[in-house]
Amino acid sequence: MTHDAATHDDGKGQYFWVWGALLVLTAIEVVLAYRQVFEPVHMLEVLLILSVIKSALIIGYFMHLKFEKALMRWLLVISVTACFIIMYFFFFPDAGRVLRLGVQ
Amino acid sequence: MADATLQHGSVQHDSLQQGLPGDYEAPLFGAYSKKVGMWLFLASDSLTFGALLVAFSYNRIYTAWPTPFGKDSIINATIMTACLLSSSLTMVLGVFAAQRGDKGWTRNWLLATMFFGTAFIVLHGMEWSKLISEGLTLPGFPKIAGAEGEFAKVSASTPQFPATFFGLTAMHMLHVTIGVIYLGVVALRKWFLPILGVIYVAGYFLIPSNNIFHYGIHALLICLIVASIILFLKPKDYDAHDVEVSGLYWHFVDLVWMFIFPLVYLMSTRV
Repeated sequence: MTHDAATHDDGKGQYFWVWGALLVLTAIEVVLAYRQVFEPVHMLEVLLILSVIKSALIIGYFMHLKFEKALMRWLLVISVTACFIIMYFFFFPDAGRVLRLGVQ
Repeated sequence: MADATLQHGSVQHDSLQQGLPGDYEAPLFGAYSKKVGMWLFLASDSLTFGALLVAFSYNRIYTAWPTPFGKDSIINATIMTACLLSSSLTMVLGVFAAQRGDKGWTRNWLLATMFFGTAFIVLHGMEWSKLISEGLTLPGFPKIAGAEGEFAKVSASTPQFPATFFGLTAMHMLHVTIGVIYLGVVALRKWFLPILGVIYVAGYFLIPSNNIFHYGIHALLICLIVASIILFLKPKDYDAHDVEVSGLYWHFVDLVWMFIFPLVYLMSTRV
């Protein structure tokens, strides 16, 4: 078993740091959105990048995936990411076509 | 089988090297079976939310999307986010307490996690009730008398907005509700059933009949029946593995909100 209490229980403080980082990133998101710092498209990109960082922190530390066996880590990440990429190719070319046709 | 393998790791390792017939095979993922099962469920559930979020974005691309969420809604949603993030921290501390074998603190941290989760549900319910009272309704649903605010115009001009908003947030709220009940079962076992029953009855009689949650509260009844069947058919004292697996589910619920919050709320902020 690669993941055990004894392997990282001594570093409990890191979870408080991760929690603090998540709260700070959330505050940054709110300020960026409320002050309309970027154009909507760029705003979407920035918010999504921040969300991916937050989700990586949650999956890696809170869900302990960082401490799992490499096979499990990579199999989960690659398979789920591949499914999202397939979803993207299914939906967004059609949404772009609608945009080009000028439908409101 | 994997559990047994882990508990007898050294014995199993030696016997595997010797290749004795009838020995357990080493777990492929280096984790016990319950954990692998939960990860597989979460991977499939992430695709459910992924499909909903992609459908939301698809609708949004070609529609003149409204930006109706004012300061109050954003503050409310930010507090909800802080509640979920804090609940993840208490959940991690609960898992550590369980791995130490400290049953008292395991229960305390799980109850703290349930408190934050319940706060999230209550705040979200208040937000929903406010939006509905201001006229945000699903396409085809009857309009509420007197609900003629800005959201009534949004519902009429962009029906995709209430459809995607309620669809996404209801799915997430259901997951949070199931998560709180899951943790309640792990923390309190059979003692949680009467508590859940009282909450259901109180909610049914105290929530006004014109409020959507007067009907939504029946989800608690379904959960009560399912939890009763599980607890009576397979009574057990939940161990550190069970707490860790329930924690995986809880963190996933937190994770999904990290995408719903910016996409649904922050991208529709009215300045």
